[in-house]
Amino acid sequence: METVTSLSRRSILKSGGALIVSFTLGGLLPKHSMAQDGTPAGGRGAPAAPDVDSFLAIHTDGTVTIYTSRVDVGTGLATAFRQTAAEELGIPVERFTVIEGDTATTPNHGGTGGSSGIPRGAADIRRAAATARQALIDIGAKQLNRAASELAISNGEIRPVNGGQGIAVAALIGGKRFSIKVNPNIALKDPATYTVVGKPILRSDVPAKCTGRHVYLQDFILPGMLHGRVVRPPAMAAKLLTVDESSIRAIPDVRVVRVESFLGVVAKDEWAAIRAARELKTTWSDWQGLPGSDGLDRQMRTAAVERDQPVANRGDVVRALPTAAKQLSATYYWPFQSHASLGPSCAVADVKESGTTIWSASQNPFGLRANLAKVFGIPPDKVRVVYMDGSGSYGTNGSDDAAADALLLSRAAGAPVRVQWMRQDEHGWDPKGPAQLLDVRGGIDANGNIVAWETEMWLPGGPPGDRALIGAESAGLAQGHGQNAGAMTLNADPPYATDHLRVIAHSLKDTPLRLSNLRAPGKIANVFAVESFTDELAGAAGMDAAAFRRRALTDPRALAVLDRATSMIEWQPRPSPNPRAVGNLVVGRGVAYMRYKQAENYVAMAMEVAVDRSTGRIAVRRITCAHDCGLIVNPDGLRNQVEGNIVQTLSRTLHEEVKFDRSRVTSVDWSSYPILTFPEAPAIEVALISRPDQPSFGAGEAASAPVAGALANAIFDATGVRLRTVPFTPERVKAALSKA
Amino acid sequence: MPTYKFRVNGDAATVDSWDPDQPLLYVLRNTLGLHAAKFGCGLGQCGACTVLVDGKAVRSCVTPVRQVAGRTVLTLEGLGTTDKPDAIGTAFIAEQAAQCGYCTSGMIMSAKALLTQTPHPTLDQVKQGLIGNLCRCGTHTRILSAVMRVAKA
Repeated sequence: METVTSLSRRSILKSGGALIVSFTLGGLLPKHSMAQDGTPAGGRGAPAAPDVDSFLAIHTDGTVTIYTSRVDVGTGLATAFRQTAAEELGIPVERFTVIEGDTATTPNHGGTGGSSGIPRGAADIRRAAATARQALIDIGAKQLNRAASELAISNGEIRPVNGGQGIAVAALIGGKRFSIKVNPNIALKDPATYTVVGKPILRSDVPAKCTGRHVYLQDFILPGMLHGRVVRPPAMAAKLLTVDESSIRAIPDVRVVRVESFLGVVAKDEWAAIRAARELKTTWSDWQGLPGSDGLDRQMRTAAVERDQPVANRGDVVRALPTAAKQLSATYYWPFQSHASLGPSCAVADVKESGTTIWSASQNPFGLRANLAKVFGIPPDKVRVVYMDGSGSYGTNGSDDAAADALLLSRAAGAPVRVQWMRQDEHGWDPKGPAQLLDVRGGIDANGNIVAWETEMWLPGGPPGDRALIGAESAGLAQGHGQNAGAMTLNADPPYATDHLRVIAHSLKDTPLRLSNLRAPGKIANVFAVESFTDELAGAAGMDAAAFRRRALTDPRALAVLDRATSMIEWQPRPSPNPRAVGNLVVGRGVAYMRYKQAENYVAMAMEVAVDRSTGRIAVRRITCAHDCGLIVNPDGLRNQVEGNIVQTLSRTLHEEVKFDRSRVTSVDWSSYPILTFPEAPAIEVALISRPDQPSFGAGEAASAPVAGALANAIFDATGVRLRTVPFTPERVKAALSKA
Repeated sequence: MPTYKFRVNGDAATVDSWDPDQPLLYVLRNTLGLHAAKFGCGLGQCGACTVLVDGKAVRSCVTPVRQVAGRTVLTLEGLGTTDKPDAIGTAFIAEQAAQCGYCTSGMIMSAKALLTQTPHPTLDQVKQGLIGNLCRCGTHTRILSAVMRVAKA
């Protein structure tokens, strides 16, 4: 990263002719950092007709570089991209590398999020590679004096299908530009002929990660780099009153940086920065603007509503519900949760007159660049954001905020600064996954059909637009205060047949904590409510939970996953609770089904749990999951994501709640915000249902959605007690059991 | 400035630290350039910084450098290379037992301590042996499979 050149990749590409050595240089620091496709800074999505060269470069040695703004963040996405491009191009997958999320060298075709990496990101790369393949075959046809229709590319060579002299792709295009636009209607390979997509190719990042050699953002060093730490206020919006620099006199070579209420320290030595930030004596104004997390569900029900969002509306629920033979109602609550990244957020900033460079693990480097440029008043072409792998983020964690902190400190210090948040910063200040409150009413007829269903949901909210950066806020910079948490209302409507359905979301005017997209935003709580209530209806009908669902579904792909998950766990049809659950340690099973966003992956999940009635402890013994995301790009990468979704959501359901008092978040470490530990890890069996003739959906989120519902249903089966508030802590379980 | 001598991954190391209480983690990462051990919490709660001191798994984020003077430190870099990983690293790679991988170094070092003490642990012993190591990506089943692969070898 020390190679300095005044040429950006774009200007090299624009210069035409041969690309000589530029791609082999690790880091090209450009003079200006326009996205090479010329999209305006922060523009989202692929431009209408991007260049093939913006996505792909074939080198003289036959290797290929893929350029993308969609970053891997530990999901295996980069490997899926390599497979996708290798398949279309007919070049061995081992020859592909991926450069991710560098605003100076990669196209902007969107950030990582919403499980869109495969359906949108890989699709862009696939079309670029297919366009390149067609161009190569056309050039090859002239070189070989054959008709294009007689040629194909395999193993990196263009050859006549019926045998004969071939020519290496690298000999035709190596080091040169294609200079053509991606053809959006290009003919794609028939999935039936795939040889690379669909294979469990090992991820290229894993070996270095398992030997301590992978260079994370947290490991990145620049010459002359200082270490920075930020001193956050004891109350979230408190103003900085006084700073006593003499309190850290004993710590060597520390400089205090203050911009309004933004306070930080920089030092050559990281430990000096940490101690200085910890020991610096400060006074702050009092602030008690938070409602506190206790009783937040009641607060939300009566809070001011910004707007009502209709989610689903058919038939006439008001008229139909009273006609039901049996009517039920229930309230479900999901608390605020943290991304709780294992490694606190980090950023390295190098602010120079010639331009600012930020190294970040942001899931959206182009979005971060646009926001930093706007908030700090720097022209976007003077800001370059370079993605590096960090700790897993599962949405927008503190990475973007850490970037703003590093920028503020580097600007003041006149040197490159690395900021890593401390544990209490990450837990205390990352923007949070919102709390959700759901009231559900419904009824069944005498035959157990769902007559009507109504859901009313309350969601913390605020203005749209970019999220405020906390460092910039403390520094008094003007910025937006967007409270975007993602598509929170999807899957709030049940997938089951009913003629009368109404689902409405009350989006509140305000939120106590900054909001963020956290894995499967909203869908986990929505499916928790839908699948729990579905079980409650099945119970009222005296029916088996799987049979009740089966009867209300018609989509064969839905039925396939439901049948698979239940048969894997040897599901015995009977109503809940388990008649054989007697004694102190009671065992039960539960099932849940959903189709992600009602339009993507089909997932069904069954669980076996044991509940210790005396301690309230829940042990999840076994989970079976059937997962259908259409065409599978990499079955092992997919399985890893599905397993991760299940375990992480189990953790969120069993343990996690952000606690706050009137001034600040109080769950600021792993003891006050515990997550799942190894002894709690269940046995997980995943069945991947492959549908090569169907489009691929992303799998970074879907399998998380049914977890809480299946768990709550299994606990009910074991105990006869229905848990409707997350997390299912031993205290909460015991309290519920004692009331039963 | 006080000087501390110890062995790291088989080599003698002499390091200066202005603060005798500076945690070993920062000495490894910033003075010795060994980046495998990661900062996760600074509280000894998550295990991302786990290294072996005289064969015992310790949380380097809460181990003062003065305490390792004269002792032997092993980090993940000392177990093998990417081209030649050790048995545990090999098993982790075979099981693809990583997502973000930020916890992996600590996982492998805790597993190393466990497997040195108990070469053929049961699954429950492995789970208990890794109780102090957190993984946020939810890679637990693969990490357990990787350690069991070595345990059964």
